[in-house]
Amino acid sequence: MSTYYAALFADVGILLLGAISVYIILATGQLSLGNAGFMAIGAYVASYLTVKIGLPLMVALLLAAVVAGAVGVVIGFPALRLKGIYLAMATLGFGEMVRSFFLNLESMGGAGGFHGMAHVSPVYVWGWAGSILLLVTLLERSRVWLEMCAVHDDETVAGFIGLNTTVIKVSAFGFGAAVAAIAGGLFAHHHIYIEPGNFGFERSIDFVLAVILGGSTVAIGALVGAALLVFLPETLRFFADWRLAAFGVLLVLVLLVRRQGLLDRAMFMRSIFKARRA
Amino acid sequence: MSIVGGYAGCFVLLQQLVNGVTLGSVYTLIALSFSLVMGILGVLNLAIAELFMFGAYLGFSVIARGLPLPLAIVTGMAGTTIIAMVIEKIAYEPLRDMPVIAPMLSTLGFSIILQNLATNIWGSDPLQLPPELFDTRFSMGTISIGAMQLVVIGVTIVLVALLAFIVQRTAIGRALRAVAENREVARLLGVRAGRLTLVAFALSGALAGAAGVLIGLHYATVTPYIGVETGLKAIAVMVVGGTTRIWGALLAGPLIGILEVLTVVYGGAPVRDFTVYGIMILILLLRPQGILGGASTEQGLRV
Repeated sequence: MSTYYAALFADVGILLLGAISVYIILATGQLSLGNAGFMAIGAYVASYLTVKIGLPLMVALLLAAVVAGAVGVVIGFPALRLKGIYLAMATLGFGEMVRSFFLNLESMGGAGGFHGMAHVSPVYVWGWAGSILLLVTLLERSRVWLEMCAVHDDETVAGFIGLNTTVIKVSAFGFGAAVAAIAGGLFAHHHIYIEPGNFGFERSIDFVLAVILGGSTVAIGALVGAALLVFLPETLRFFADWRLAAFGVLLVLVLLVRRQGLLDRAMFMRSIFKARRA
Repeated sequence: MSIVGGYAGCFVLLQQLVNGVTLGSVYTLIALSFSLVMGILGVLNLAIAELFMFGAYLGFSVIARGLPLPLAIVTGMAGTTIIAMVIEKIAYEPLRDMPVIAPMLSTLGFSIILQNLATNIWGSDPLQLPPELFDTRFSMGTISIGAMQLVVIGVTIVLVALLAFIVQRTAIGRALRAVAENREVARLLGVRAGRLTLVAFALSGALAGAAGVLIGLHYATVTPYIGVETGLKAIAVMVVGGTTRIWGALLAGPLIGILEVLTVVYGGAPVRDFTVYGIMILILLLRPQGILGGASTEQGLRV
């Protein structure tokens, strides 16, 4: 595998984590357009810890996840008051605020960016991405996930049957934020340079795009979406100038024709039950 | 538009107020564009940010050929109106009965397409408008106003008046307000809701296009990124004005424009975006009906 493809491979892993962060929050019916903000927090906190404090990367990533997760919970509480588009707008604003914050944080380089991180290999990135994907896939088979789906389908009814919708929605925000932070920390240590511009609105959109294209009802859909987003432009080289437009068209098509995304839950259920019957 | 002036503080302030109002005019137009669709249909058309950018480029192309300014504005508006109608047909109409997130995401698809289209046609480097456009300045005492600033403010006033007339005085406007009130009842009363949706998108597209041409005149340059930089900020302006009432933008636009310019003057340039989006989030949380909107209603939390 050439270095070039290795780099792409790492990008898929990072995008996968970003997509999972959106997916977890979306599973409770909340759309976040500001997850790049959590990613930025993760990237900056992890880089600060490894470069300035000298902590090992593993510890730095976990701490970054905790910090961003806490921010996610703090954001999650007021977010309870907002639904649908209003939540989308508020999270969009949050993402832009975080970007603007790091733009002004001179101690971490401000607009000039921050570097000095030790490079990590794509394999390391995938160690994290794979584990978290596995974790979420396992979570999908748990009761907690059923409760999240209940909140997604009908929050009022979920409340009636005794679920604590507040805890479920806020935890989803916190967990999603933590995953986005790990994506950020890995991004920082793979690209060994970060600047606030890396974590703008477009990044948040990429995450959402990967989830919606790949499938918004199964975690593995995020993997398909992320791979599609990174590798499709590579296979369509002759098409290079138009690859973004192609994604735009694809997004509209998926929404029109197959709103659950390329993969969906029913597909997996069917195959599981078939296997059991045999 | 020099920010550092040798004037005494008061004149600097006055000068900056003028600049703030100019920027605010553009915000007002885009925010009106957002809130027309949002207020009437309850949908956030994210493509408006890029329609605005597209309008700026269309206007630029006309001006760069040495053609008159009014033609640039008309071209910008016509182009974005057509695109907005296409968006309505493809991205909104088929998804109308889905949860509101679906049409929002499909308009996002269009915004990606538009941005790609613009970078492919006009390149990603900033384009400069002919500098001689900006030579004429009028002095009023110690403040000076560029002719282009007057154009921006003037065109905004005319367009807002025109929109107010359409919405408040014509049959189409009445029907639009009826659909905004209750789509199903309006249809029972014989309003062709489907056609009116198209009208709402078209009007909104026209405003975004005009705003785009005007922002070119304000900054003297056009880049493919103004959609995200300025267009998205107009969402904040719309929220501050109140998402369900169209006219809140008239107050919120100049307010945010002036606020932005003032934060820049008083050394706060870096915190500009932070402030604007912060205010938006606060309004969303504490006063979802906007700064003007009277009693709190369920509207603010429309799912």
